[in-house]
Amino acid sequence: MKNSLRANVKRGSLAGVASVGAAALLLTGCGPAPQAGTPTATASDYSGCIVSDSGGFDDQSFNQSSYEGLKKAEKDLGIKVNQVESKSNNDFEPNLRAMVSAGCDLTVTVGFLLGDATKKHAEANPDSHFAIIDFGFAKPIANVKPIIYDTAQAAFMAGYLAAASTKTGTVATFGGIKIPTVTIFMDGYADGVKYYNEKKGKDVKLLGWDKAKQDGSFTGDFEKQDKGKQLTQNFLDQGADVVMPVAGPVGKGAGAALKDAKAAGKDVKLIWVDSDGFLTAPDYKDIMLSSVMKQMGTAVETVVKEDKEGKFTNEPYIGTLANEGVQLAPFHDLDSAVPAEVKTELDQIKKDIVDGKLKVESAASPKA
Amino acid sequence: MTDQNEPQHPGGQPTDPDADKNDADKHHAGKHHLPTPAEEETAAVVSLDTAGGAMEPSAVPATAQSGKIPGPPETLVRRIFTGSGMVSVLAVLLALILGGLLIALTDKQVGTTATYLLARPTDFLSAVWSAATRSYVALFQGSVFNPRGAGIAGQIAPLMETLTIATPLITAGLGVALAFRAGLFNIGAQGQIIMAGILAAWAGFALHLPLGLHLLLVLVAGIIGGAFWGGLVGYLKARTGAHEVILTIMFNYIALYLLRYLLNTPAFQRPGETNPISPVLDASAAYPQIFGSQYRLHLGFLLAIAATVFVWWLLNRSTVGFEFRAVGANPKAAQTAGINVSRSTILVMAMAGALAGLSGVAQVAGTEKVLTDGVAATYGFDAITVALLGRSTPWGTFAAGLLFGAFRAGAVQMQIQTGTPIDIVLVVQSLIVLFIAAPPLVRAVFGLNPRRKKRPTAGKTKTAATTGGAA
Repeated sequence: MKNSLRANVKRGSLAGVASVGAAALLLTGCGPAPQAGTPTATASDYSGCIVSDSGGFDDQSFNQSSYEGLKKAEKDLGIKVNQVESKSNNDFEPNLRAMVSAGCDLTVTVGFLLGDATKKHAEANPDSHFAIIDFGFAKPIANVKPIIYDTAQAAFMAGYLAAASTKTGTVATFGGIKIPTVTIFMDGYADGVKYYNEKKGKDVKLLGWDKAKQDGSFTGDFEKQDKGKQLTQNFLDQGADVVMPVAGPVGKGAGAALKDAKAAGKDVKLIWVDSDGFLTAPDYKDIMLSSVMKQMGTAVETVVKEDKEGKFTNEPYIGTLANEGVQLAPFHDLDSAVPAEVKTELDQIKKDIVDGKLKVESAASPKA
Repeated sequence: MTDQNEPQHPGGQPTDPDADKNDADKHHAGKHHLPTPAEEETAAVVSLDTAGGAMEPSAVPATAQSGKIPGPPETLVRRIFTGSGMVSVLAVLLALILGGLLIALTDKQVGTTATYLLARPTDFLSAVWSAATRSYVALFQGSVFNPRGAGIAGQIAPLMETLTIATPLITAGLGVALAFRAGLFNIGAQGQIIMAGILAAWAGFALHLPLGLHLLLVLVAGIIGGAFWGGLVGYLKARTGAHEVILTIMFNYIALYLLRYLLNTPAFQRPGETNPISPVLDASAAYPQIFGSQYRLHLGFLLAIAATVFVWWLLNRSTVGFEFRAVGANPKAAQTAGINVSRSTILVMAMAGALAGLSGVAQVAGTEKVLTDGVAATYGFDAITVALLGRSTPWGTFAAGLLFGAFRAGAVQMQIQTGTPIDIVLVVQSLIVLFIAAPPLVRAVFGLNPRRKKRPTAGKTKTAATTGGAA
C-alpha cells in the first residue's frame, strides 16, 4: 500500500517533469524551418589541433588560453580546428595518435606532462608539426616547436610594483604546485622586490617565497580555493597587503580573503597571473592592482599562422617583454593608486630588461 | 578448523566446486528481498521472507543467509552487492538511453533544429537520432572494432586499446571486490596504486638490472608497495578497531601527497629538470607488449587475467577465501566458529592492496613508463565502481573492467568524431553506477518491482527472475 502510493507519486512527478520539458520545447520550437541546402562556410584545408592535459579546456589556465588561441585562429585564419581533452595521463597517447591520424597539420599539446608523448609521436610522424606549451626539450626535435615564456621578466615588474605599493612594508606570494612554470613567477616577483629595496634603500619583506632556497608556500593543487583563502589570511595576519597568487583558480581564494580584509577597512591589493585579472576575474576588480600576463593565445595563433604560411620552425617561441609574450597588465581602476613616479620607473625597468641592461634570472627560465 | 569443514559441506556450500553457479543462484534468490523501496528499514526481516510464502524457500547456503541476519556492518554491504545480473544489464541499457538523450541535448544540430521544431519536427527527431547513434557508433569504433582501420590489425586496434585501459581497472577492481567480500569497504585502491607506482617506478628508473630480473623486481616492488599500504589499513583496523573507510580515505591522501613531495625531490626528477616527472623507466623494466609495438597492450593484461583466476580460486576454492567470506558474512559468527578475524582482515587488505599494486605496476611499467602525480588517474575510485558493477565477483569485476575500459577508449573517438564532450561519457558511466547502486530504481522504471501488489506479484516476479537469468 505504502509502496504503491510512493510509486504513484514518483510517476506523477516524472510526468510533471516531462510535461514541463515538452512545454519548453514547444515554446522554443516556433521558429521557421531553414531552406534546404544551406551551404556551410567554406574553410581552408589546414587543420590545427589541440590536446589538453588532464586540466581540460576549462581550467582557467594554460589549457584554456591555448585553446582560445586556436579558436581565434579558426575564426581569423579560417582553419579547421580539432580538439580533444585528456582525462588522465593515460589518454595522452591515444589522443595524440587520433589527432595525427585525423590529418592535423599542427597539433598543439599543453604542458610538460605531454612532453614524452609529444616526442614519441613527433618522431614517428616527421611530416606532422607539433607545438608544445610551457615545455622545452633538452634536445630539440625537428618538428616540434616549444612555446615557452620568460615569465620572470613581467613578474619582476610586478614585484617592483608591489614593493612600491605596499603600505605595511610586507608583500606576499604563493603557488599552486611547485613546478618551474609556477616558481618562475615567484622568482621574478622576489627579484623585483629586492631590486626596489636596493634602489630605494628600503626593506620591503616578501612572504611565501625564498628565491635562494627555492622554497615557499604552496596550496598543493590548482583547485582548492579555500586553501588559497587560508594562506592569504595568514599573510594578512603577518602584515602583508599585496598578494600575488600563482595558482590559477585558487587565486580566487586569495581574492576572497583580500576582499574580506578590504571590507574590514584594510588597504589591500591583489596581483593576478596568466591573464588580465581585471577582465577574467572581475569579482576582484576593486583590489586588482595589475596582472602578470602570459599571452598564450597570441602565441598559439602566431605559431598556427606561421605554420599555415609554410614558415614552421622548431625554434622555440619564447614569450618575453620584448615580443610582448609576457606583459604587466594595465592598472585599470587602481590606476590612480599608482604614483606617476612608479609608472615611469616601471617603464624604465621594462626598457632595461628589453635592452638586456637588467638581467632577470630564474632557475626556471627557459634556456634559449 | 576450516580445513575439516570443507569436505563436510557438500552441495550448497561455498567451497563446493559449483560455487560460481551457486553465486548466481544466490543472486536470484536474493532478488525477492533486495529491490523493494522499503528495504532500508526492513531488509533484515524481509531477508528471510519468501514473499508471503508464495516462493519456495531459497537454496542459499546457510553461510550466505547468515549474512542477512541483522548485524550492522554487513547488511549494507550485502544489500548493495547482490543485485541480479539482469539489473546490471538493464542499468547499462537505461544509462545508454539517458546518455543518448544527453548527447542529443548537447548537440548543436539538435539545438538548431529545435528552434523550428513545429515547422518541421522530422528534422529535430532525425537530428536527435543521428546525434545519439553517431556518438554510440563512434564509441563502438573507438573501443571494439573500427571498420575503417588499415587491415585487420588496424581494425582491432580499438579493442587492444580497450584491453589496455581495462587492465588497471580490472586489477584494482579485484582488490576492491575482494575486500568487499570480506565485509570491508576498501576505498583505498587509489593510495595503494600510488604506493605501488612509487616503488615500482623507482625500481624501474633508479636501478639498472638485466632484462627479466629488472621487470620481476619492478613487479615485486609494486606488489609489496600496494600490499603494505593495504595491509597497514587491515592491521590498524584489526588492532585498534578504527574504521577502514576512514583509514583508507586518509591513506589515499597520505600516498598522494607523499608522491607529490617525492616528485619535488631531485631523486625522482630527471637530471637537469625540475618538473615533477620522473625519468623514463629502463626498457628492461617495462612490460613487454603482447602483440608488438603497434598496440599499447602489455603483459599486465595477462597478469590481470591471472589475477582474476587467482581471486576466483581464492574465494571459491581455498580455505583462506572461505574464511574471508565467512568474516564478510558475519564476523561474530566467524569468530565463534574459530576463524581468526583479525588475521583475515589484515590478510584480505594486504591482498587487496597487492591487487591494486598490480594496477600501479601496469601504469608505470605498462602504459606511462614514467611516474607523475597523475599515475593513478582516477583508477582507484573507478575500481570501486567496477567492483560494484561486477557485483564483487571475480569474473563480474573482470567484465565490468572491460566495459569501463571500452568506455574510456571509445571516449576518445566520441570526442574526435562527433565533438561529444568527454564529460558526457563520464556522465553515462556515472548513470550506470547510479542505477546499479539503486536496483529498485531500475526495477521501477521497467516495472519489475515485485511488491507492488501482494498476491499476484509473486508469480510475476518469478517470471522476471527467469527472464533476468536468461538475459
